[in-house]
Amino acid sequence: MNNRLINWFRYASPQSFYPLAGRMIPWFWAFTAVFGLIGLWISFFAAPTDATQGEGYRIIFVHVPTSWMSMFIYLIMAFWAGLGLALNARLSGMMAQALAPTGALMAFLSLLTGALWGKPMWGAWWVWDARLTSELILFFLYIGFIALQAAIDDPRRADKAGAILALVGVVNIPIIYFSVKWWNTLHQGASVSLTKAPAMAQTMLWGMLIMALFFWMYTIAVALTRVRAIILERESHTEWVKEEVRL
Amino acid sequence: MKPRHKRIVLIVGGLVAFGAAAAFVLNALDSNIALYVTPTEVAAGKIPQGKAFRIGGLVKEDSIRRDNLTVHFVMTDTAKDIPVAYTGILPDLFKAGKGAVVQGRLGADGTFTATEVLAKHDENYMPPEAKYAVDQAQKNK
Repeated sequence: MNNRLINWFRYASPQSFYPLAGRMIPWFWAFTAVFGLIGLWISFFAAPTDATQGEGYRIIFVHVPTSWMSMFIYLIMAFWAGLGLALNARLSGMMAQALAPTGALMAFLSLLTGALWGKPMWGAWWVWDARLTSELILFFLYIGFIALQAAIDDPRRADKAGAILALVGVVNIPIIYFSVKWWNTLHQGASVSLTKAPAMAQTMLWGMLIMALFFWMYTIAVALTRVRAIILERESHTEWVKEEVRL
Repeated sequence: MKPRHKRIVLIVGGLVAFGAAAAFVLNALDSNIALYVTPTEVAAGKIPQGKAFRIGGLVKEDSIRRDNLTVHFVMTDTAKDIPVAYTGILPDLFKAGKGAVVQGRLGADGTFTATEVLAKHDENYMPPEAKYAVDQAQKNK
């Protein structure tokens, strides 16, 4: 094994990851503040009014990034959960556990902002179309994951049970993403995708992308803070935690 | 095989099997997941009998006619047309030439009596000046 590989594995141990996370957190909070201020300024002041929807369209600056994050966090959570299941690594399970509440928050915000937009634009708070329903299922998957982990006292067993649920739920992510293509839905198709030019004005697009970065940075900062708390809790029997807490 | 490899194989195998199962289920449910049927499908008789359903398509240009509180318009997918009658408040984005989804029942005379009308927004977002430019360009074509 070469040196780099050993270094990587070093941070798989909660004891060495704990201080690393502590050093990274302030940076991510700083990025959160910067991107948040720029993003909100563009969203509210710089971006032009939409021709058909008026000012109400501005909710997409929260709706679209939170929807992206709700799907992406789930993939990362499932990745960590799967890794923990395969390699029996403790930190992976803790990462998955730390990401779940933020993912649930993103899914909830996505559903809420969508409903607030839907009433004036579509004429309905909610319709049971494939996109909305699958996003609701995603929200329930997060809640189920959190509840399942909380219901099992032994953390290693809780991690395993949660990991299986998280992995099974992954099948929902492509369904959410492609639902507007596979079936006819009330929800519109993607305005921004990797395969075609974005169907929106430049400034609007920038606002949305910077807001997405804001939610990214927020998610990382919050997840790292949470994983530090989880490490302390689960490793509370070890000497280094006793040392750390005494300080 | 080490136990770790065995677990990885099990996880990947499980995911593939589950994904395939989900794909088959969704494929079988195909038409039931759709929120609405198109006017062509209505004309072909592919509609649930005696039940309320939704039709999705475009509101035909120049077809909106108001008669007291009732609005009459035509839903089209450019191939087939369905006349619709609706009493109630229309959403702001409801416009001729734009997408809409109507829920209700098909009468014996072929008129669809809607109980709910939803406007379908497309994925394009643009400022009014850009919209004006696009409209002008289309007119000059």
